[in-house]
Amino acid sequence: MLEDLSLKIDKALKKITGQGKLTEKNISDTLREIRIILLDADVNFRVAKEFIDKVTQKALGQEVLASITPGQLITKIIYDELTELLGGSNSELTLNPTGITKIIVVGLQGSGKTTFCSKLAKTIKGYGRKPLLVAADIYRPAAIEQLKTLGESIGVPVYSQGIIDPRDIAKSSLDYAKANGFNTVIIDTAGRLHVDEQLMSEVADIKKLTEANETLFVVDSMTGQDAVNSAKAFNEKVDFDGIVLTKLDGDSRGGCALSIRAVVGKPIKFISNGEKLEMMDVFYPDRLASRILGKGDVISLVEKAQQSFDDKEAEKLEEKFRKNKFDLEDFLKQIRMIKKMGSLSSIIGMIPGMNKAIKNEQIDESALVKVEAIIHSMTKEERRNPKILNGNRRKRISRGSGTSIQDVNRLLKQFAEMQKMMSKLNQKGFMNSVLSKKNIKFS
Amino acid sequence: MKLFKNINIDKLKTGLNKTREKIVNKISETFSGKAIIDETFIDRIEEVLISADLGVEMTELVIEDLKTRMKKEEDRSTERMIEILKKALVSNLSVNNLESFDYTPDIESNKPFVILIVGVNGVGKTTTVGKLAYNFRQSGLSVIIGAADTFRAAANEQLTIWADRANVEIVSKEKGSDPSAVAYETVSKAISQKHDIAIIDTAGRLHNKSNLMEELSKIKRVISKLIPHAPDEIFLVLDGATGQNALIQAQEFMKTTKITGLIITKLDGTAKGGVVFQIIKKLKIPVRYIGVGEGITDLQNFDPVTYVNVLC
Ligand SMILES: Nc1nc2c(ncn2[C@@H]2O[C@H](COP(=O)(O)OP(=O)(O)OP(=O)(O)O)[C@@H](O)[C@H]2O)c(=O)[nH]1
Ligand SMILES: Nc1nc2c(ncn2[C@@H]2O[C@H](COP(=O)(O)OP(=O)(O)OP(=O)(O)O)[C@@H](O)[C@H]2O)c(=O)[nH]1
Ligand SMILES: [Mg+2]
Ligand SMILES: [Mg+2]
Repeated sequence: MLEDLSLKIDKALKKITGQGKLTEKNISDTLREIRIILLDADVNFRVAKEFIDKVTQKALGQEVLASITPGQLITKIIYDELTELLGGSNSELTLNPTGITKIIVVGLQGSGKTTFCSKLAKTIKGYGRKPLLVAADIYRPAAIEQLKTLGESIGVPVYSQGIIDPRDIAKSSLDYAKANGFNTVIIDTAGRLHVDEQLMSEVADIKKLTEANETLFVVDSMTGQDAVNSAKAFNEKVDFDGIVLTKLDGDSRGGCALSIRAVVGKPIKFISNGEKLEMMDVFYPDRLASRILGKGDVISLVEKAQQSFDDKEAEKLEEKFRKNKFDLEDFLKQIRMIKKMGSLSSIIGMIPGMNKAIKNEQIDESALVKVEAIIHSMTKEERRNPKILNGNRRKRISRGSGTSIQDVNRLLKQFAEMQKMMSKLNQKGFMNSVLSKKNIKFS
Repeated sequence: MKLFKNINIDKLKTGLNKTREKIVNKISETFSGKAIIDETFIDRIEEVLISADLGVEMTELVIEDLKTRMKKEEDRSTERMIEILKKALVSNLSVNNLESFDYTPDIESNKPFVILIVGVNGVGKTTTVGKLAYNFRQSGLSVIIGAADTFRAAANEQLTIWADRANVEIVSKEKGSDPSAVAYETVSKAISQKHDIAIIDTAGRLHNKSNLMEELSKIKRVISKLIPHAPDEIFLVLDGATGQNALIQAQEFMKTTKITGLIITKLDGTAKGGVVFQIIKKLKIPVRYIGVGEGITDLQNFDPVTYVNVLC
């Protein structure tokens, strides 16, 4: 029975050790490839570098499941981090239940502001709001006409005063909204370059004097490396609240979103994916992450491997530990296995949820050698039934193993505790409870 | 006939100079005066080129090219290396080495000279039509423009304003009508009214939408039926801020309508439009004009030397 058990554990453990840990060496090829992928996806040069460096530092030392390669694991880790960075909090639009909610839409020329204003108006109208569109672009030829046409098509009124100072238009639109029972004002501003100081001040003024609740920065998802510059400048000038990523119905990879997210730290609130006014959506970070990175096959492979390890191997292991009587003979076999595999921490690290628990617990690997020697000096009977180990036997063992009597006593005490604990184990908490006990250290 | 050279480096530089970091500046952080080709130097160049949207592959090619050229050089000062780098870059901007960069359309022998303007949404097509019309008009040519964007809200109104500004005739039909009918009428009128040039604006379309791309082939076919050599030019307008996707745009538009030239807009900002290097290399399409502002005079002939000087 014990033979059987240790064989199985052996197999299970072999399966999970794979290629060991993530090291700078075994992931360098993949990182180089990922860097190119990110750059080709228009992630900014510096952002890509910093992102990869940061993720790598965090990931080094992580254990690799046998069925996958270190490269595949780091790809999955990068994907997860990418998703997390793209996501983040505050991605909702604030619409006040009372008073007038003021939304300003800003961005570079042609990014899709006017179209988005109309889409947003249509959407919130569907939620029972009363939106008013405001034509504050006095520069682009027929900008007002464009907004009016779009407003008409969705049954949302457009406020315009023709070609006068946009600040005045914005301000008086609020009075108009108040007088006419609109509770959401969406201000469409002209496209402007971030280096145009005059126009940048203009839009900052509009934000100030309307006391806007939401300022949305609209970005074309096809934007390249320069996205960091424009986003930074707009953010400095108007401190926008969220990002709208447009033209995602194209086939650009959308890496600029990562650049912008990294340099300004503002959430992506909406995406626009078509010219028609119903074509908008909230933002799903995981979708964009896989769009930027590609590699869907690798990611699902790693997920599957991790999943099946979670589900099967861990359970098998746990169950074996739980069901069987665990004696010193077993213990010795395990130690031998552990030694064969390299490191104890690596094995423990493989067990889901274990990684974090063990991180702060230094496991003294050399202690294993001592433990092995002690058990070696025991008779078979002593190993099976440690209770018979009286003082004389312990003395003999310590002499035989070249250890101190305290070493022998400590081991037996720890082992007794371990047995006690195992009998108390419930399925889930097994490994956790073992490892969270400091006195289980082999020292 | 020199149509409009209008190369105003100041205009191009004002934007580009603002936040850009010149290679020289970058290099002098670590080197003073003399440099040898070492990793740091190469890293800096790599950063500058990739940050200008050249893409990884193109950047590597340019760096290899630079290394080869440097082998023959005695003088390895930083200044010399940057000079060589610029040379390498300029040579990569020509479709074939023989071609001169001074683009002058042969309008005289191809009247009416038909120009079709295509591109994805919001890149600056309509504005560019206005600028082109104005410039040709200024050179004494008679111009007619066609509003074949019958889809976008107020597209007609927008182009009409440009027609007024440029003082040229415009053909438009009501919103929702067949764009190739507009193109047909524009070219017919150009023939019957003996205009020198017809410029046709089209709706923005993403290159991955096959129905819209098919619509474009139809416009082209209709034009060719009227005049076999037309369209004489099919310009793909690219937004200078667009990254690597511009290459795919060019590839896809090339498939449907044989693009004959590129126009890069919005170079008055800090974006550099370096993806054109790849487009030129892979598709052999020359850059003809650049847009450097929203004003009617903000169109320039593309001049590689000026462009590269601003790039690094
Ligand atoms: N395919 C696609 N086209 C879009 C999307 N959003 C906007 N557009 C198109 O992009 C072009 C520019 O959109 P506008 O809404 O006019 O952009 P804008 O930012 O208001 O432009 P300016 O006011 O000139 O700065 C138009 O042709 C729109 O129909 C989108 O999500 N997908
Ligand atoms: N700064 C700057 N803005 C430009 C330039 N060219 C065009 N624009 C602006 O970009 C925006 C879009 O220009 P349009 O000419 O309407 O673009 P389009 O390609 O016709 O757009 P759609 O027809 O909607 O696809 C407008 O606000 C223009 O004023 C340029 O060279 N520099
Ligand atoms: Mg607009
Ligand atoms: Mg247009």
